[in-house]
Amino acid sequence: MSSILKTNAVTMQFGGVTAVNNLELEINEHEIVALIGPNGAGKTTAFNMITGVYTPTKGTVVYTDKNGKECDITGMKLSEIAKIGIARTFQNIRLFKDLTVYENVIIAKHLHIKSDFMSAALHLPWYNAEQSKAEIEVEALLRKVDLWDMREEKASSLPYGKQRRLEIVRALATEPRLLLLDEPAAGMNPKETEELTSFIKEIRDEYNLTIFMIEHHMGLVMEISDRIYVLDFGETIAKGIPSEIQNNQRVIEAYLGVDEDA
Amino acid sequence: MKNKRDLILSAILLIVLFCVSWFVNGELDSYIRRIVNLCLIYAIIGLSMNVTNGFTGQFSLGQAGFMAIGAYTVGIFTVPVELRANVFYAVPMNPLIAGIQMPVWLALIVGGLLAALVAFLIGTPVLRLRGDYLAIATLGFSEIIRICITNASSFTNGALGIKDIPPLNDVRYIFVVTAITFAFIAALINSSYGRAFKAIREDEIAAEAMGINLYKHKCLAFMISAFFAGIGGGLYGALLGTVDPKNFLFTLTYNFLLIIVLGGMGSITGSMLGAVIVTAGLEYLRIFDEPLEIFGTMIPLFRPGLRMVMFSALLMACVLFWRHGIMGTREITWSKLIAFCKNPLGFFKRKGASQ
Amino acid sequence: MEFFQGLLNMSGASFAQHMVNGISLGSLYALIAIGYTMVYGILLMINFAHGDIVMMACYFAYFGITIFHVPWYFTFIGVIVATALLGAVIERMAYRPLRDAPKNSVLISAIGASFLLENLANYLFSGRPMSFPDIPLLSQNIAVGSIKIQAISLVIPVITVISLLVLLHIVNHTKTGMAMRAVSKDYEIARVMGINIDNIISMTFIIGSALAAIGAIMWGIRYPGITPYLGVMPGLKCFIAAVIGGIGNIKGAVLGGFILGLGEILIVAFFPELSGYRDAFAFIVLIIILFYRPTGILGERTTEKV
Repeated sequence: MSSILKTNAVTMQFGGVTAVNNLELEINEHEIVALIGPNGAGKTTAFNMITGVYTPTKGTVVYTDKNGKECDITGMKLSEIAKIGIARTFQNIRLFKDLTVYENVIIAKHLHIKSDFMSAALHLPWYNAEQSKAEIEVEALLRKVDLWDMREEKASSLPYGKQRRLEIVRALATEPRLLLLDEPAAGMNPKETEELTSFIKEIRDEYNLTIFMIEHHMGLVMEISDRIYVLDFGETIAKGIPSEIQNNQRVIEAYLGVDEDA
Repeated sequence: MKNKRDLILSAILLIVLFCVSWFVNGELDSYIRRIVNLCLIYAIIGLSMNVTNGFTGQFSLGQAGFMAIGAYTVGIFTVPVELRANVFYAVPMNPLIAGIQMPVWLALIVGGLLAALVAFLIGTPVLRLRGDYLAIATLGFSEIIRICITNASSFTNGALGIKDIPPLNDVRYIFVVTAITFAFIAALINSSYGRAFKAIREDEIAAEAMGINLYKHKCLAFMISAFFAGIGGGLYGALLGTVDPKNFLFTLTYNFLLIIVLGGMGSITGSMLGAVIVTAGLEYLRIFDEPLEIFGTMIPLFRPGLRMVMFSALLMACVLFWRHGIMGTREITWSKLIAFCKNPLGFFKRKGASQ
Repeated sequence: MEFFQGLLNMSGASFAQHMVNGISLGSLYALIAIGYTMVYGILLMINFAHGDIVMMACYFAYFGITIFHVPWYFTFIGVIVATALLGAVIERMAYRPLRDAPKNSVLISAIGASFLLENLANYLFSGRPMSFPDIPLLSQNIAVGSIKIQAISLVIPVITVISLLVLLHIVNHTKTGMAMRAVSKDYEIARVMGINIDNIISMTFIIGSALAAIGAIMWGIRYPGITPYLGVMPGLKCFIAAVIGGIGNIKGAVLGGFILGLGEILIVAFFPELSGYRDAFAFIVLIIILFYRPTGILGERTTEKV
């Protein structure tokens, strides 16, 4: 299996605090890899370093693009990262609240529009063609998750579970190869989590994705992850397949005393 | 197809309005014509401000400066060559430009492009700033533009201003320019780029995560805004027949701020509504500037300056109590108008989040 | 070329004169900049109306002395009190209601407040420039060596330093000051800790406005022409001064004020042909700072949590 993302000794320091220390991740194509750990372990920081929100204090992030070429994406801007095929969702949902469901998703297609703004404003033929193609893809995506009928609703008026679904679909619309999900199941009840689990598996297969996710719902993590990394206080304390992690003493100790989350 | 229907209806509306402007131009007296022209020009500039402030969420206060660029371009290049020595009597006009004379339409476009260029130059450092800083910086640059104009006497005649600008008060002409402006900006906002602007307004980080290059798009919005502000300024200069640096104090920008706050930041139709109200208001509130006599006694309140006090009070009231203005981010669309005509009473009872 | 000529040709006396002017102007800018930086530190907003408060203070002084013939030492105290009150009123009416509103709304409100003050002044006092009352004691010229300086130019830095020391004492050594620092670090936590946010914020505006009033009085003596728009340019420049020094940092505001004041005077002194552009100096420095050190000279870097 070929590697799609590697982090080499990536470290993040904020002043005197080391949020993440010497992170060595390796994610292979089509895998579903999970990043778990108690709150404050540095998981979202890791995401932010990969996606260019933070520039790592040390280390490099290497991404292999669709042609097999390795690119050093350390510190690359978030918008550039999205363009090369890495998409993400956010811990606190960051939908475009006042825009409609449809607008949220079609905006994700903007990065694939090659026409300049004049062609777009004048609705010249080549822009219209690009736009129609985008519209077809957006409709397919929205229908797939049963959001097509709600497409004119404001994103903020959707129920919580559907908002999370919408955020994932919006990320999918950018046509990524690697999808980073930050706590996709947060705040979901068991039934919703189950639906999400099969949804993630489905999109991985259908859209040829690699998925890297932060998650606290152990059921979800253990069921669909191919491999798991465990962080605690910024250090990697374990990595391996689910069964190994479940029986890992250090991992169990890291979680002891932490409240069972809902 | 809804889009085809909308296009045809809009085209018909524009033709009808053009005929109205023809009528206004020919039949109504010059005072009314002037107000209508001013209203249209203010609509253009208000809409230009809405592109950055309303749609892209970038709080720019630079409109007066960009207007000045457009106005001075028109002033400098449309005054007939033979009259220039008379106008530039203190410091002679710079020989580089003394001989160049352009027709108004060309001067307008050049003015708009110049304003866009200045916006690009200013935008490079300034658009990386957060909200409030951007406001101060653009305000400052608006003043710097004015300072430069006041000092570059051989180009702009400095503090003396430029007079003898061939007047342009043909309502039809100004209407056409306004219509083009509105049509272009509406089309832009309804395109992928317009949605990218709105995404930036809603959540910059999420927009970035969607692959939208923040700086590039903010700069684009800023330049488009400046271009149309320049065109509006050019029309303004031509309408007045003279330009003077004191016409373009940053306080002028506040008028447009009122227009977009009142009309709705993020609404194209709102900009037009706001412009109508503010322009009409500015005119008809003049009575408050005149001494008022009731039953032979002078009411001490009414004297010059009251009009603007009421205006600024209106801006405060708007932002405190009516933040979204008349339209908020909504538009008057054909679909809504048709639904209204079919069922006037039921229209306002419609539930649903779609705006 | 001309710079060196200017430098060499300028006599020591002339240079000293410019330095005195620069320090005076810098002090005035510093006093006003503090108001901006304190408000920004707590509320993360630019109080656009701050410059106009300076303007109103000048008018208050004019009315007190010239119209009502109150002795100047009483008037000045009255001006400080009235201006402080005005600042608190503006906060209460224009900013507090919008504390939970999106950032742009507060910005528009601040602009509106500024606009309203300017128009009110124009309406109430008419746009004709008025003359700040002359205080012979302070405006008389004193000979120091071979240069003549207005007494006020010596008074200004002294008063500024005193005000600054008092302020720093309040901020660093009193409970109120500690509360103010807490609120500027984290608003919500401060509230949870039992600090009355509303009072602290009002206090911030009161202190900032009082300092602005002191600055306004000295400004008026130094530059006697009063118009409704006198606060606009200085207001912008003082905000820029606060940014240059590091927004939210009181010492930074003072530093920024002096940099701008001295710089403005000296540039015009050495390059008289640029005097028409003197106002542009502040904005050029702003651009430079924003490019190379956006958090300001004494500011701290912050990262946003995503």
